[in-house]
Parts: sequence; structure tokens; C-alpha cells
Amino acid sequence: MQQLLNGLFIGSIYALFAVGFALVFGILDRLNLAHPAVFAASAFIGIELVTVGGLPFWAALPAVAVVGALLGLIVERVAFRPLKGRADAHFAGLISSIAVAGMLIALLQWRYGAETRRFPADTFPATRFDVLGAQVTLLQVVIVAVCVTLVVGLTWLVARSRLGRGMRAVAENPTAARVLGVDVDRVTATTFAISAALGAVAGALFAMNVNSAQLGMGSAIELKGLAVIVVGGMGSLPGALVGGLLLGVAEVFAVQYLGSAWRDLIAFALLFGILLLRPQGLFGGRRARQV
Amino acid sequence: MQHRALALFAATALTVSLTACTSEGGGTADGGLEGEGTGDDCTIGSPVPVGAALSLTGAAGSYGESQQKGLELALEQLNAKGGVEYELTVEDDQTDPRQGIAVFEQLTADDGASVIIGPTLSTGAFQAQPIAQEEGVPVLAISNTVDGITAQGDYIFRDSLTESQVIPQTVAAATAEYGLEKVVLMYANDDALAEAGGEVFTGALDAEGIEVADTLAFSVADTDFRALLTEAKAAEPDALVVSSLIEAAIPLVTQARELGLDVPIIGGNGFNNPKLMADAGDAAEGVVVGAAWNSGSDTPENTAFLADFEEMHGTRPDQFAAQAYTGLMLIDTAVRASCSGERDAIKEGLAGIEGVPTVLGELTINDERDAEHEAVVQVVDGGEFAVLD
Repeated sequence: MQQLLNGLFIGSIYALFAVGFALVFGILDRLNLAHPAVFAASAFIGIELVTVGGLPFWAALPAVAVVGALLGLIVERVAFRPLKGRADAHFAGLISSIAVAGMLIALLQWRYGAETRRFPADTFPATRFDVLGAQVTLLQVVIVAVCVTLVVGLTWLVARSRLGRGMRAVAENPTAARVLGVDVDRVTATTFAISAALGAVAGALFAMNVNSAQLGMGSAIELKGLAVIVVGGMGSLPGALVGGLLLGVAEVFAVQYLGSAWRDLIAFALLFGILLLRPQGLFGGRRARQV
Repeated sequence: MQHRALALFAATALTVSLTACTSEGGGTADGGLEGEGTGDDCTIGSPVPVGAALSLTGAAGSYGESQQKGLELALEQLNAKGGVEYELTVEDDQTDPRQGIAVFEQLTADDGASVIIGPTLSTGAFQAQPIAQEEGVPVLAISNTVDGITAQGDYIFRDSLTESQVIPQTVAAATAEYGLEKVVLMYANDDALAEAGGEVFTGALDAEGIEVADTLAFSVADTDFRALLTEAKAAEPDALVVSSLIEAAIPLVTQARELGLDVPIIGGNGFNNPKLMADAGDAAEGVVVGAAWNSGSDTPENTAFLADFEEMHGTRPDQFAAQAYTGLMLIDTAVRASCSGERDAIKEGLAGIEGVPTVLGELTINDERDAEHEAVVQVVDGGEFAVLD
């Protein structure tokens, strides 16, 4: 029971991170590899907001989301927009986003040094519940609630709102969307901002959850995020949520039954298995969009 | 043709300068370091040059700074005592082993140091000490805890305790205090220090007859220990025994408490860091760590040291300052033993140190040139290290 909950907590953070990935990929058909750097940056920024800015954790979280959104806009403007007219925009953007990620990490190192940083010990009350014999902290409940709310909210946004309609129109065909009067550039920028804001919240929650933020934390979660979106079905938001939770639980049981060294193997075994059995992912429809 | 002549000339010049270097190595500056009298009455004409290679900047900067303060206090007191005067040269290795080599080369050659204190970190020590060994300059390490530091040669000594000296005492004291019967051992298996610590713990637990219900390995890069800790909790241990560096120790301790694992956590030297209380907060309560210096010891040496240090620097000393202070004091004992500031005399003197009262306790240098003295076992209580007794 305890292990299952452990898996769900870490999995919900994976899901939140992966949803950001999936959003940009599903709508814009771009893989944004600066996403993990935003994840790491926002953890450090969140810590600074709490330690130096004196913000309580509940206020720091929205602030981190705003900072993340700004970073997302910068990533879009610097790494993707200048290349959008090119025939190979997909790969060019992928590579330039790696460059932006490197720059972000270098800036972080310059600003904060290479040392591990943490939220102060009393940032969050250490309230503890007993659920069916398992120990659950208030923080973990908050993490799951925040993650699920954000993912569900996002799914609703994409499916129902005006912005969501714009997003889906762009996803279907950017040129046609433009003809129909959708401001494609604005929709693109907004998508990046939302995606990065989600990644930023995930970063701050992750740092809070494990009580440490390191420069390499983004690259550690990057491959897991990719595995999650492949497992869930490329671009599928509910798929990313389920995939994230699945990965979290699978990892925890791998640690229990096989040992800690096998933890990362599980992510890729899962990925491999899904690709063999169901290449389109758990929730991916067979789309014939790229004709 | 011209090029070849130039190369030949360069080679010759190089050979000459190399020969010059080696021929210089034997003695110290002017040979005026032989004194008269013995022990407290020893008088030496010229000041004894002591070099110190410390990490004053870089990652280990805070340790090095502390060590320098300890040395400054010892220097002032020794020079005030009279008879033998010491001349201390402190060089910064910038927490960089390559820089450490350069510092050692400089101290052994130009400054003609009779003895070298340092370096701050074991990694730097492994790189730099062979230089001193080759030149026949005694080295006294004041903060290195890795096994094998003194095995580099017969000129290398240390006054800091190793992990394998501290851990058995820690385990014994914790067993006596908490009546341990069954524990879970956790260690990082991809770091030399943490893994070696894990092995020492295994031996020490075995010697005390404590059952190890489960042994769990993790990676130094891990930050999420909940799955492992849940497994550890299922074994219902009397204590958690952990060998890891401070980076992993903090999340591990925090998460253990979150999961309701409220038993004592016994840590290796990696845990001996005030950062533990600063970053883990209340979760650090009940963590047991062995250390080489008992800040609360009421021996006359320690009482005086605490007061004098605070008067000179306005801050409280830490273990690094205490070990550095002790280092220079031991060198003085060694020098006065045969009343000579020559390199080989200091080497003999250091080897002969036995039962000398210091701030660290009664200290003996053993046949492996390692220090032997009683360790202190601390427990985190109210956000501070307190002696476990």
C-alpha cells in the first residue's frame, strides 16, 4: 500500500512534467528539449523565492508558474520561431532547443553554483496522515492534487475553450487555421507558455518532494518524460497522465523487488514493451495527419 | 640544423636544471635548525619553517578557512612560549588537486619547509603527498579520513581519525544507548567513500552481534528514497545505519521521518556536517554520528582552546580548527623531542608521539603513522550535535 502511494506521488510529478512535453508535441508537432532545463531552473527559482523573497510555499508555486511561462515564451522566441519557416523546422527546433537548454543550465550554474540546494526545512508543515496503514504527508496530498487539477484543467482547456479550439485548429493544419482567422503565432506562444508553466510547477514540486534541487535534475527526468509520452500516446494528454502514474508505480516496485539500480531500466523496458505491443501508445489514436 | 642545435641546448638546460632541483632536496634552508637543550628548554637559533597547503577557496573553502584559524592560534601560542620560533606559510590549493601539487612543489623546494600541514581534502592528499615523500619532507594531514593516506610513504602522518576508527566506536556507543538488536543498513554503492563506509559498518555491526535485517544499496545521485525506506520500515529495525555523502543524506533523513520511520539513524563521517541540521530541520533529530573532536570535552587543553579561539577569532571553533590546532602543537612536540627543526628529526619526533594530551584527547601516532585517540559519538538534539552518553 505504502509503495503504491509512493509510486503515485512520484508518478504524478512525472505526469505533470510529461504533459508539458505532450502539449507542445501534440499541438505544434515540435519536441521541446529545453523543457527539462525549465524544470530545473524553476526548482532553483522556487527555492530562491522562498528563501530570499520570503514567500510562503503556496504563493511561490503560482509565481514559479509565471516565471516558467516567461521562460517558455523565451524558448519559443529564441529556439523555435526563427526556424519555423524552414522545411526541416522540426529537427532544427529540436536541436536549437537543446542549445537553449544548455544556456539555461549554464546560467543557473553561474547564478547558483554547482551545489545542491533545498527548500528551507520549515517551508511546508510536516503534517502526516495514516491512510490504510500507510504514511502520507500533507505535501504529497497537495502534490497529487495540484498535478491532477492542472492536467484535468488543461485537458478541459484544450477540449472546450476558445483557445483550445485555436490550438486544435493549429494542430490540424496551421495554414488552414491562419486562413480561418486564428492568430497562429499567438496560439503557438501561448502553448509554449502553458507547457513551460506546467514543467515549472513540476520542477518546484519535485524539489520540494525529494528535498533537493540539482543542476542535473532536468536531464534525469527528461528521458522518463519522453518514455511517458511515448507510452501514453504521443501528444495525448490523458495518456501522459496515466503514463506518468504507471511509470512512477512501476519504478517503485522495481526498487522493491529488484533493487535501486534497476529503477531506470524499468522506464525503458516499459517503453520498449509498449512500442512492441501498441506502437501508437496507450491512448494514441492512429492518426493519418502527416500525409 | 639550427633547430637541432636549439633542441640540444634546451635539453641540456633542462637536465642541468633538473639536477639542480634534486641536489637541493636534502636539507633545509641554512642548517641552523639544530638546537640545544631538550623538551621545554629546547632553544633553536633560527625559526622553523612550517608550510600549510589548505583549501582556502573553492568547494572546501569553509573547511580551509577554519583550519587556518586553528593554525594561527597555535602559532601565536607557540611563539609566545619561546625557545623555538615557527614561521608559518599558508598556501591556497583552491580545492584543486592540480593546484595542490604546485603548492607542494613550491613548499618543498623554494620555501624549504621543514614540515607540511595539509592538504584539506583526501583527494588532494593522494595527488600531492608523493612529492613531499620523494623530497623527504614530513607531512601531517589534519583532516583526511580515507584509509591509505599514510600508506603513501614513511614521511606521511595524520592527526585525523579514519572512518574505520570512528565507525566501530559509533556503533558500540549507539548499541549501548539504544539497545540495538536489529538494524537495516543502507549505503551508496557507486561512491568509494560511502561504499567503504558501508563495509566498515558491516564489520562493526557484526562485531557487536547486531542482526542486519536488510542491506539496501542506492546511488549517490538518488534523491527519492521512499521506496527503499518503505522496505526498510517493513523490517521493523531498531535503527537505520546509513553510509552516504551529505547530499544524499539530507533527503534520505527527511523522507525517513515523513514515512514515520522514527528510529535513530546512525551515519558515517558524511553526516558529520552542520548542513544536516540546517537543511533537514527537525528530521535530523536523533541522527547519531561519530566525530574526532568533542567540543564539550572538559579537559584543560580543550577548555583553554575554546576560550582562546573565541577570543582571537570571535567565533566558535569546529572540528577542522581543533584538528589543525592540534597538528601544529604535535609538530612542536616532535621538534622539541630531539630539539631540532630538521626534516628527518621532525619525522622521527612525529613517529614517537605517544599519549600526548591534546584538545582531541590523549593522542598517539601508531605504527601506520595514523593518529589514535578516543572518538566522540554525537546525537542531534535540539538542532545541535550533543554528546551521546
